[in-house]
Amino acid sequence: MPSRTNQRGFKRMNRRELLKLTPVLALGAFAIHKLQEPLLSAGLGFSDWASRLMFRKHHLAPTFADSELTPFEKFPINDYDVDDPEVDLDQWALTVTGEVQKRGDYTLAQIQALPKIQQNTRHVCVEGWDVIGRFGGTRLSEFLKMVGADPTARFISVKCEDGYYESLDMATAMHPQTLLCYEMYDQPLTREHGAPLRLNVPTKIGYKQAKYLTDLKVTHIIEKAGGYWEDQGYSEFYGL
Amino acid sequence: MAEGVLEIESAKSGELTPAVYEHPWPVRFCHWVNTVALFVMVGSGLQIFRAFPSFGAKIPQKDLLDWPKAYALGGWLGGGLQWHLTFMWIYMATGIFYLGYQVFSGNYRQVLFMPRDLRGVWPMARHYFFFGPKPPARETYNPLQKLAYTSAILLGVLSVLTGFAIWKPVQFSWLAWLMGGFHLARVWHFAVMWAILFFVFGHLVMVVLHGWNNFMSMLTGWKKDPEYTPR
Repeated sequence: MPSRTNQRGFKRMNRRELLKLTPVLALGAFAIHKLQEPLLSAGLGFSDWASRLMFRKHHLAPTFADSELTPFEKFPINDYDVDDPEVDLDQWALTVTGEVQKRGDYTLAQIQALPKIQQNTRHVCVEGWDVIGRFGGTRLSEFLKMVGADPTARFISVKCEDGYYESLDMATAMHPQTLLCYEMYDQPLTREHGAPLRLNVPTKIGYKQAKYLTDLKVTHIIEKAGGYWEDQGYSEFYGL
Repeated sequence: MAEGVLEIESAKSGELTPAVYEHPWPVRFCHWVNTVALFVMVGSGLQIFRAFPSFGAKIPQKDLLDWPKAYALGGWLGGGLQWHLTFMWIYMATGIFYLGYQVFSGNYRQVLFMPRDLRGVWPMARHYFFFGPKPPARETYNPLQKLAYTSAILLGVLSVLTGFAIWKPVQFSWLAWLMGGFHLARVWHFAVMWAILFFVFGHLVMVVLHGWNNFMSMLTGWKKDPEYTPR
């Protein structure tokens, strides 16, 4: 036998049930102008935190056969400012600072004297497109060993000839596929692709692959979010 | 479940109206959180899509469609990503809470489409689309409803899996591989969104057609005067 109530009792019961849904209204905080930005940056921070947990330092990004490469001329040239910041290639050296034993300027020849790695990996742009490119260079971890970087430092930050700047967490910097890249498609880097030295980090999103490097710093702290696009509101970690 | 059935006595006429408790609060809670989350995920997802509205090569770029900025959330790609990467956790948390609740409470029987529901699908579809006779209602959801809701839940799971395949194509490279590669995974993610929107459209049409008591049941849990005899 069903129990019986009157209309008032039913109304009261419905009101009580409706009140159980009030926590849903908390989502309205996202509609409040003042709260929106801190909430979204907390959300992005949470995503970055989760991404750091998901990163595995020995897990390799997929590599591809030469036949799967995107033709060189169809590898997009992306900048935030100019294609060619007119690096003086004869005078160029990488200035290393921060938590390292051997600070100073390193020439391309010194970098190229380190073991060379070549890899066909996917370059994924935050916009949504992707290409498969061929990259050659030396492991960033080798270079860091050579300059005597403090392994307990948290970040590597780089500056570029065009004013662009970027950073990597130390775990990613030490990843075996993270390269100081001086070749693409078996040729020295062209100016548009970042001559003479760029980053190639197959475990990271495209905007982390900084070009025309001039400075490299090993550091415990990075300013703001540590990169040009990151400071505009993009993810700081963006590991793939 | 006799505790979920009531008779409401009218003070004037003494007439009895049956009422049945159809939706436990976790189901209602997840439904409304998910309503907001889906809205944000679709709006911000379209903003992200606007940055490269194509599934082909970057060079040369052939745009699939020019989605208007007014129908996208976040203002720009970075903003869209912030909304997407924030609400995906809310979306997933509700999904996990919902599935966990349904399984452990046994309430899933109400909504899970089973092989025995199969023969009831066509009569119901005929009724809705071709003005066939209305099959008698026996339980909270008819077979066509169960099929729709079960599909929607599967689409929700797929939206998360395809999303992870394109967000983490290195850490979850096996996911992208299952979907035919990173490039195709992005197509699947987009397709799943449209499938969900198709469901939402049908769902809203049905909500309008079935009136106030039906709508209120997703807010209070109680449905007054249901079409079936409550057991």
